[in-house]
Amino acid sequence: MKNSNKGLNHDEPILFDIGGMDKSGVDLNEPTFKENFIGECFEDREIGLPGLSEPESIRHYVRLSRKNYSIDAGLYPLGSCTMKHNPRLNEKLARLKGFSEVHPLQPLSTCQGALELIDEISVWLKELTGMKAVTMTPKAGAQGELCGMLAIKKAIESRNECHRTKVLVPDSAHGTNPATAAFLGFDVVTIKSDKNGRLNFDDFKQNVDKKFAAAMITNPNTCGLFEDDIIEISNYIHDAGGYLYCDGANFNALVGKVRPGDLGIDAMHINLHKTFSTPHGGGGPGSGPVVFSDLLKDFCPAPLLKKDEEYYYLVENLNDKDIDKSFGRLCVFHGQMGMFVRALSYMMSHGSDGLRQVSEDAVLNANYIKSSLEDVLTPAYEGYCMHEVLFNDDFLSGTGVETIDFAKALIDKGYHPMTIYFPLVVHGALLVEPTETESKNSIDQFIETIRELASKTQDGEEFFKKAPIYTPIRRLDETKAARNPVLRWQKNDVIAAE
Amino acid sequence: MRYLPLTKNDREEMLSTIGVNNIDELFSNIAEKANINPKINLPNHKTEMEVEKHLSLLSDKNLHADNSSFFIGGGSYKHHIPASVDHIIQRSEFLTSYTPYQPEISQGTLQYLYEFQTQVSLLTGMDISNASMYDGSTATAEAVSMAKRITKRNGVILSNTIHPHYADVIKTVSGIKDNELVYNRKFSIDIDHLFNEVNDNTACVVVQNPDFFGSCYDLSSLAEFVQSKGALLIVVVTEVLSLGMLKSPGAMGADIVACEGQSLGNPMNFGGPYVGLLSTKNKYLRQIPGRIVGESEDVDGKKGFVLTLSAREQHIRREKATSNICTNSGLCSLAFTIHLTLLGEKGFKNLSRLNHESALNLKEKILKIPEVKLLNKSFFNEFTIELPIKGEIFINRMAEKRVLAGIPVSRLINNNKELDNCIVVASTETNTDDDMNSFIEAAKEVLR
Repeated sequence: MKNSNKGLNHDEPILFDIGGMDKSGVDLNEPTFKENFIGECFEDREIGLPGLSEPESIRHYVRLSRKNYSIDAGLYPLGSCTMKHNPRLNEKLARLKGFSEVHPLQPLSTCQGALELIDEISVWLKELTGMKAVTMTPKAGAQGELCGMLAIKKAIESRNECHRTKVLVPDSAHGTNPATAAFLGFDVVTIKSDKNGRLNFDDFKQNVDKKFAAAMITNPNTCGLFEDDIIEISNYIHDAGGYLYCDGANFNALVGKVRPGDLGIDAMHINLHKTFSTPHGGGGPGSGPVVFSDLLKDFCPAPLLKKDEEYYYLVENLNDKDIDKSFGRLCVFHGQMGMFVRALSYMMSHGSDGLRQVSEDAVLNANYIKSSLEDVLTPAYEGYCMHEVLFNDDFLSGTGVETIDFAKALIDKGYHPMTIYFPLVVHGALLVEPTETESKNSIDQFIETIRELASKTQDGEEFFKKAPIYTPIRRLDETKAARNPVLRWQKNDVIAAE
Repeated sequence: MRYLPLTKNDREEMLSTIGVNNIDELFSNIAEKANINPKINLPNHKTEMEVEKHLSLLSDKNLHADNSSFFIGGGSYKHHIPASVDHIIQRSEFLTSYTPYQPEISQGTLQYLYEFQTQVSLLTGMDISNASMYDGSTATAEAVSMAKRITKRNGVILSNTIHPHYADVIKTVSGIKDNELVYNRKFSIDIDHLFNEVNDNTACVVVQNPDFFGSCYDLSSLAEFVQSKGALLIVVVTEVLSLGMLKSPGAMGADIVACEGQSLGNPMNFGGPYVGLLSTKNKYLRQIPGRIVGESEDVDGKKGFVLTLSAREQHIRREKATSNICTNSGLCSLAFTIHLTLLGEKGFKNLSRLNHESALNLKEKILKIPEVKLLNKSFFNEFTIELPIKGEIFINRMAEKRVLAGIPVSRLINNNKELDNCIVVASTETNTDDDMNSFIEAAKEVLR
């Protein structure tokens, strides 16, 4: 194999090119049984799984890891993703055997500590949101949305108002909102944002009719702005017999500072992997508990955690009387316990005082970036932002540089780009969320870098179009990947798929 | 506060750059209408030592697989995880990165996901796999939704021996009306019944193998029949290690395979996080939910990987997406793929056989206890036994002797009296002779 390494950048072949059928990194005893009890579907087949010894595996994955950007290595300003520091205490505690080695169907008498922990985190979430009930089972934010909307659907059914099928979603919403509503058979109507980046309340009202079921509103919204009319909107929704679902992905702007329960919200998911620092892990696992108002709390999914004097128990079966209004079950077992441990550790470490400081610093950092860049970039909206700041691409007009090029140039400067082309309501959007765990030095250097790049856009597009150049791999042909999908390794490199 | 880098001076300087006097001015538009700075009835911040103490005490209240004799399965299994797995997944670059939206600085994640997709396809015997779902149950529900889209039919037939939680999840998440669902809970799979129920409105038949009670089936003829009726066969696997001894679902003709991948690389974690595996045939590629990694090349012609076929996904298609899933089980899929790489072909099949051997040994010992009956005619690493007393009472009394002896069927199926005396017992490579002897001695006392 040709050596194309460059200093610390090692190329790493695919596992299937380096592994062997006779290699293993695990020593196991030899089984000695004579006859199996598998029956008719026993087969001693060749699966084709390459193995590696332990040193080879470690090297394979360590070399791969070095091709990734990470929050530990640098500022990760992905808007709407809340890439904050992940405290290592949380990792340590999640690995305590009394949490990690506990089976979800152990007798309840043997896992009282685990249930108590779920109760504790429930109390924190209810208190921080000012909501009446919480269900911990949703596995990620999108499943939290599904949970909230299923509760709303069930509530509508219980009122015998199944004609209510319309869900209003602002055009700035995360794609998961319309996808969730449509998945459940609701008719999604998109509401335009107004010139201030908020939901257009007049347009909203015009779309509320007899078929109105619910609205799904993100607050702060994905433009990084608080929906100022939220209380009027929630009153209007309730007067019209509907429900207000809030996408809580941006709760980091409000935690400890403003309670969603005071805003008239009926259901909201909380991304523990955003606000409460459980690690993103390259795309999960997440955890998306949902808090509910009085109107919806009876429709929570199974299991329901209850306490009888000092003894915790779970109501798990859908035919149990205690949960006869429940909309059902979202996943096997009781949710992302490993994430609950981490999130509770985070909450306790901050306390109510520290959590308020979290939202204040997150908002301060975003506004500081906005103020420091508004003469060179073009903020999409006037006024203060919340925890993230949105720019449009007006500052690039006439330069030939596009948002994507600007983002890729930022990679060469050692940063993960901000969220780009989202939200859809702003042309060539750049959404910057610094979070509260960046120091002033770190943010100043980021600002300096952006200023330098912004001024460079005046020197022509070439520098930007060829970026990035310092990465292990340069811009990839995404069209080719989709047109001729190769989604797995094949023997002899036969091209897979269609 | 140890996690917050800004100092008082920093904050003052920054406020002055922004041009406000205090932080609350940045929240002033909210304060006009809603309450800011509410009184929150929660304790203030704690030191690392205090937090650690509190959570350690909670942890100490639980019995767990390493301080008991442990025989519980039912969709979550105790296996030994090599030390290097947990070491690698805690590397910053894997632990603290986001979904690989910027491929140039995410090749580490993208490449291991491509390898993961290949390993999963090989295990299930299918053409292609996605980059993971939340867990086996949600993968199954997504498979059912997928089958409904592909066939444009609504009827769903669940085998009566599917994990009861999985059945509940399918009903809830896939939005099946009662009259569109066929599902009866009892012990043995009723293959004839499945054949009889398939009709022109059947989108899919869902069968778990090995099933909830541990039994294994060859589903080849069912697959053929279901497909002849224009429906799809979905095979659910909750113990992925079984694929080292069983015919692969693909070889039996499955159209979609949904697995729980927890057994490789992931501890039981009281139920999560886990990793769902979803595989299918090439022809259904565009109906798969979730992330998929594909190969491509960069501007210099160098091979690399990207997230692809995103025209199926919510961030592009919004209300027309195949699913609403966004975040999946990235780090758990990493643990899965590392463990499987460490095992390799030989290790995986060996581990699979050690599990079977362990269950065979336990069965032999258990059947020596008077009045205990084995209900299975086949099993992989778990089986169902009938006791002379109620399963729940047995399990609770065994727990008092630090033996976690299995799952009383009545915990999950509480409306079938016939199964009240049954428990599902699992045994894996981690169970020693001592564990088994503890089980037997305790059981003899409990049943005396």
